[in-house]
Amino acid sequence: MSNYIKLIVLGLIALFAMIAINNARDLAYQVHAIIVMLVAIGLFIWTLRRTDEPGPRVDTSMQYNDGVVRAGVIATALWGVVGFLVGVTVAFQLAFPSLNFEWAQGYANFGRLRPLHTSAVIFAFGGNALIATSFYVVQRTSAARLWGGNLAWFVFWGYQLFIVLAATGYLLGATQSKEYAEPEWLTDLWLTIVWVAYLAVFMGTLIKRKEPHIYVANWFYLSFIVTVAMLHLVNNATIPVSIWGSKSVIAWAGVQDAMTQWWYGHNAVGFFLTAGFLGMMYYFIPKRAERPVFSYKLSIIHFWALIFIYIWAGPHHLHYTALPDWASTLGMVFSVVLWMPSWGGMINGLMTLSGAWDKLRTDPVIRMMVISVGFYGMSTFEGPMMSIRAVNSLSHYTDWTIGHVHSGALGWNGMITFGALYYLVPVLWKRERLYSLSLVSWHFWLATIGIVLYAASMWVTGIMEGLMWREVDANGFLVNTFADTVAAKFPMYVVRATGGLMFLLGSIIMCYNLWMTVRKAPAKEASLTVAVPAE
Amino acid sequence: MSKKPELHQDDPETTGHEWDGIQEFNNPLPRWWLWTFYVTIFWAVAYSIAYPAWPMVHGATAGLLGWSTRANVAADIAAVDEANAAINTRLAETGLTEIADDPELQAYAVNAGQAVFNTWCVQCHQTGAKGAVGYPNLLDDAWLWGGDIEAIHTTISHGIRNTDDDDARYSEMPAFGRDELLSAEQIDQVANYVMSLSGEPQDAAKAEAGAEIFADNCAACHMEDGTGDRSQGAPNLADAIWLYGGDHDTIVQTVTNSRFGVMPAWQPRLSEAEIRAVATYVHQLGGGE
Repeated sequence: MSNYIKLIVLGLIALFAMIAINNARDLAYQVHAIIVMLVAIGLFIWTLRRTDEPGPRVDTSMQYNDGVVRAGVIATALWGVVGFLVGVTVAFQLAFPSLNFEWAQGYANFGRLRPLHTSAVIFAFGGNALIATSFYVVQRTSAARLWGGNLAWFVFWGYQLFIVLAATGYLLGATQSKEYAEPEWLTDLWLTIVWVAYLAVFMGTLIKRKEPHIYVANWFYLSFIVTVAMLHLVNNATIPVSIWGSKSVIAWAGVQDAMTQWWYGHNAVGFFLTAGFLGMMYYFIPKRAERPVFSYKLSIIHFWALIFIYIWAGPHHLHYTALPDWASTLGMVFSVVLWMPSWGGMINGLMTLSGAWDKLRTDPVIRMMVISVGFYGMSTFEGPMMSIRAVNSLSHYTDWTIGHVHSGALGWNGMITFGALYYLVPVLWKRERLYSLSLVSWHFWLATIGIVLYAASMWVTGIMEGLMWREVDANGFLVNTFADTVAAKFPMYVVRATGGLMFLLGSIIMCYNLWMTVRKAPAKEASLTVAVPAE
Repeated sequence: MSKKPELHQDDPETTGHEWDGIQEFNNPLPRWWLWTFYVTIFWAVAYSIAYPAWPMVHGATAGLLGWSTRANVAADIAAVDEANAAINTRLAETGLTEIADDPELQAYAVNAGQAVFNTWCVQCHQTGAKGAVGYPNLLDDAWLWGGDIEAIHTTISHGIRNTDDDDARYSEMPAFGRDELLSAEQIDQVANYVMSLSGEPQDAAKAEAGAEIFADNCAACHMEDGTGDRSQGAPNLADAIWLYGGDHDTIVQTVTNSRFGVMPAWQPRLSEAEIRAVATYVHQLGGGE
């Protein structure tokens, strides 16, 4: 019966998409309508072929839903490589502007590729990693199958559709020009639907858990899902110019819009890249180290402190702008107070290894997780420091900011995700072990040296250009032109691109290693799919 | 089933919870962590009392120190303005041609002019004033509207072909091709003639035919010998210095569609002292007359 409703809905969507293709006011909207139409027609045929077919009736309620996690692991690895590749491309475009080819103007020049890179690594790579690991972790730590049946698959495929719509939109020029929130209203609406489904699956699973308590990793995942929903809705409050076009007008104006944007932008870092990935850390580090979490008290205190304080820190992105001084002060003091709550996660991650430090020598996967926590600690110290107005007056708008973001994104988010993938693939595909630990070591060293080159070159060029911008002579006149500072940065841009290239190479090695693990590593007999509550 | 964690003999107590084999120690908060957290909170409260911070019904608390970013930048600017006030007045009041006779004033004007140039002019004229296609090089001695200090001062003050300043320098070359004043063949011929003026390799027969076309259509502004006329900004075509390019195709394009280079008037944006400073700076770059 439900299949007939599905068929009607899919048919209507396909029909509406066809009308939209015909009425489209811009190319991006038209391409989006074509994609939506193709997806709807494809699903229509798929559903039609399965209607009234007697399917195999297997009771899956006592098994974990690992299929969707496997799909998520594959998507994470692939989107990761894509995102890093675009990143390396834009890094070389900055060093050698002639790589903005004339024939690719309007599609593959820096301005179009840059949001493609940031969204691909944050939302496609990071987002898939968070969805996949949260689905894995919430099942294991709740001893329950994912709630909602195929809803989890809707979340996975719906999220991939969001990524494709966002990416094609960027290349074709549909953007609302808000950093990390570039997709236009249509794509935003679709993400809202997917996100509500994600929240439902996650909450549903927590509610039907068989464990008495909710594990700390799930607190972090839940705070990430709930807060991102709130941020997304408020920052994307727009009015479309026409239902047949991409363009929309934001509801906020002037400095209020800037403040809303950076409230969103900073908490995208705080809840997407910090809280969500701390959830990942809280499961995979104790599992891989086979040691208990260092301190339950610390996990409670730093969780609540982190989520309470992070949400107020956004104004530090707008020091010395039209933002009133009082808002700037509050953003700064909350950022500094945030230092210890952030470090609580680092302490819990690192100290969990006490009593198992020897594993650093033997297990490159643990090494990866430990260095990721190290980079986390470094960037969560650097962040509060850069939010101090006096420091910010030097660092703001310079490459130092880019270096800071990347030591966090490559070091913390990237490395903890690689560690989780190395842990998950043998478990999910029932292999005894990884195909090659020495390839993991290669990946580790390539990525680590790559990040060091990246961060160090950006510190040098960031501080250099900050000093050059503010350099005045005895009469109070500026000494350097903007173009002088750009020219001076060239060598560091080459070093940065080289660092990025090494990071990319490491991730390709990882994909090969994971692929060979699935294909060649010896199978493991014991099944892990039966849900048994631990107590 | 998942593996149990390996507990050691000297391990602290756990909380007794377990999820998928993960346990938690009942360790206290690290003291250094807790005290550092307290210190940052204490500092935050103190700082937010000292500086503008807490929003109220009307406005926000101003902070005990009376600190304000806008007041700070205004004070910085006022301090520099005050320090330079005397010499700026002197600069604005000294005759343009006499600035060079006063070494102190000249040095200050060049210094200040370079800063003005680096802020407002380099976007078109490029760093070091080397120019770009369509934007004249200011280092050489080819001048469209005159290269003595007074001519440069006028150009900067009022700009060229803008609609904001009634005294802007103005002239317009006809679009000979687009407006069908000359045929494509005639334009090809006159382009060859123009190339011959600066000794570029060209088609001699076409150039000869072009000479007459040049005399009838172009010489009124660019002069019989093609050396141009600064009073109407008509470039010298015989000096092998090109604003848009001296190859055949570019010259054909210029004659066909004309050019209309615009420069803003700086009088509304810069003070008289700043305009004199940048004029002095440009004048001493190498081509000043």
